[in-house]
Amino acid sequence: MNNDPVDSQLIQRIKENPKYKELVAKRAGFAWFLSIIMLVIYYAFIVLVAFMPKSLGTKISPDSVISVGIPLGVLIIVMAFILTGIYVSRANGQFDELTRQIKEETK
Amino acid sequence: MMRLSGTLLAALLGFWSSVGWAADAAKPESSLNMTAIIMFFIFVAVTLGITYWAASQTKTTKDFYAAGGGITGFQNGLAIAGDYMSAASFLGISAMVFAKGYDGLIYSIGFLVGWPVILFLMAEQLRNLGRYTFADIVSFRLSRVPIRTLSAMGTLFTVILYLIAQMVGAGQLIRTLFGLPYEYAVVSVGALMILYVAFGGMIATTWVQIIKAVLLLTGATFIALSALNHTGFDIELFFRTALESIKSSGLADHKKAVAENKDIFAPGGLVTDPVSAISLGLALMFGTAGLPHILMRFFTVPNAKEARKSVFYATGFIGYFYILTFIIGFGAVMMVAPNPQYIDAAKGTLMGGNNMAAIHLAHATGGDLFLGFISAVAFATILAVVSGLTLAGASAVSHDIFANAIRGGRVDERTEVRVSKFAALGIGMIAIYLGIQFEKQNVAFMVGLAFAIAASANFPILFLSIHWKNLTTRGAVVGGTLGLVTTVVMVVLSKTVWVDVLGNKTALFPYKDPAIFSMTLAFLGCWVFSKLDNSPQAAAERALFEAQSVRCESGIGAAGAAKH
Repeated sequence: MNNDPVDSQLIQRIKENPKYKELVAKRAGFAWFLSIIMLVIYYAFIVLVAFMPKSLGTKISPDSVISVGIPLGVLIIVMAFILTGIYVSRANGQFDELTRQIKEETK
Repeated sequence: MMRLSGTLLAALLGFWSSVGWAADAAKPESSLNMTAIIMFFIFVAVTLGITYWAASQTKTTKDFYAAGGGITGFQNGLAIAGDYMSAASFLGISAMVFAKGYDGLIYSIGFLVGWPVILFLMAEQLRNLGRYTFADIVSFRLSRVPIRTLSAMGTLFTVILYLIAQMVGAGQLIRTLFGLPYEYAVVSVGALMILYVAFGGMIATTWVQIIKAVLLLTGATFIALSALNHTGFDIELFFRTALESIKSSGLADHKKAVAENKDIFAPGGLVTDPVSAISLGLALMFGTAGLPHILMRFFTVPNAKEARKSVFYATGFIGYFYILTFIIGFGAVMMVAPNPQYIDAAKGTLMGGNNMAAIHLAHATGGDLFLGFISAVAFATILAVVSGLTLAGASAVSHDIFANAIRGGRVDERTEVRVSKFAALGIGMIAIYLGIQFEKQNVAFMVGLAFAIAASANFPILFLSIHWKNLTTRGAVVGGTLGLVTTVVMVVLSKTVWVDVLGNKTALFPYKDPAIFSMTLAFLGCWVFSKLDNSPQAAAERALFEAQSVRCESGIGAAGAAKH
């Protein structure tokens, strides 16, 4: 019941539309780029936790008790939020505009 | 159905009137209990009112499973946050920060970083390809019966484990906070979630989650601000005072940390070896992307644009919440740990267990009234999460198993909704029964196991079906089953179950978190068996990938919002 009969000619037309190719390439590139940034940030943190836990305990300044791990942890959380914001603003703007044009042209 | 609701309601009222009596009987704490009980009753009255209204709006399967597809991105973001921020995160993570310091933050970060990845690689695809359950997406081009059955198994395993953990936690929490017997607490939670889901479907569930998210974020903000206010919002002084307070703490964990000269602001003993660290990281990050009750929320918005916005708002709310739990944890170190009033000296823990850190801090900063409010919020939190879980489990039974695998998609909407309601009742009963059976067991491992199954069984097949053309039914079934079975076996043989629960001397599997092995096996299974699959069916499935990706990218042919 999920496989609605999608018009195969329509699919063909969309696939051959240069803007569709542009959309797929741009979106996939951007999505994977941001995913890799997130993965690198997170697993770099995990590797620090696993192999060099002491390094995260270094104080941010000699007269402070706060360790670098605390602002770093908060920064990772904030980064995650910022990355989603970057993706959403581009996808809801540029990518959706391309999608709209593709739909218009392949009607 | 109406008679059923009458019976449930009567049972519920019966339980609550006996609660009032029990609270009176337990004189010393009755004043604080009353605030909490009154606030809780207001929450229950409002949510039951919403359920009554939602029931009149719920006519079609789309209404029942997906709230008619008319939830906005912002509302859904709040509801996702309400679905995801369980009492386990609120009480558990703040307690972990309280007892172990920095280690709690490692969990918070892991629970959060899955969200951006869901957004980049799955959210809009889910919205454009799916309708009610994540199995819709996998069976877009793969064979219906085996895939639906496998996905439903993955869903039910995840949901039941998660539910047991929530039910046991709810029973213990409510017993401590309200002085209500454990069984009554579990039955009340179960009865309420059955009412919300069976009558109000996704509409009621969504609003319960939204209200709970607002209450929890407000409550946690107040606790955190009050704690920061204690040192005049001087962050340096805040951590310095916490570091001082730990020396006069009555907590066994803190005494040990002081004796061993441990740095509570650095990673400690929670993550002991690199394999466990990476394995835990994988389970937390990709488990989120395979939780059926979370994935289901993406079908409640009208289009991909709102689906993306949902994740943006949800990530913001959840991230903010985890920063609050970190402040609350250290706030409790500062204001709760040195105060003998909150310490159970005999056990070396907090009164009612270390999970009460946030609750005691609410009392320390805002007195009885605030304690009552936070207790009610904690209860509301549990209700919202178990409702989401029950709905996800019910839709796996009615939509995946009954309507698609058994009836081959030929079933009218009314029947499907009715099956779903009975499935919600059934799952609720199972959850109540198991919740009572597991009272004395250590269930902490169950949430971890649910995440590991979600990461090793649900996530690989969902992810590959969206992004990898060559996935075939055979590959998905082998890979998904491999992921599911190995996760369960490895967890049972690990220290958490084999030693801590079953009482054996040594663990047969050395690591606490299996994800690094079980996820790898699942992906390998999918890959090898898809590659080796040269059947005509496999060729047809690969050929369908193009139609799938066009719909996935453009949203053409995706289910829209209901028109009413």
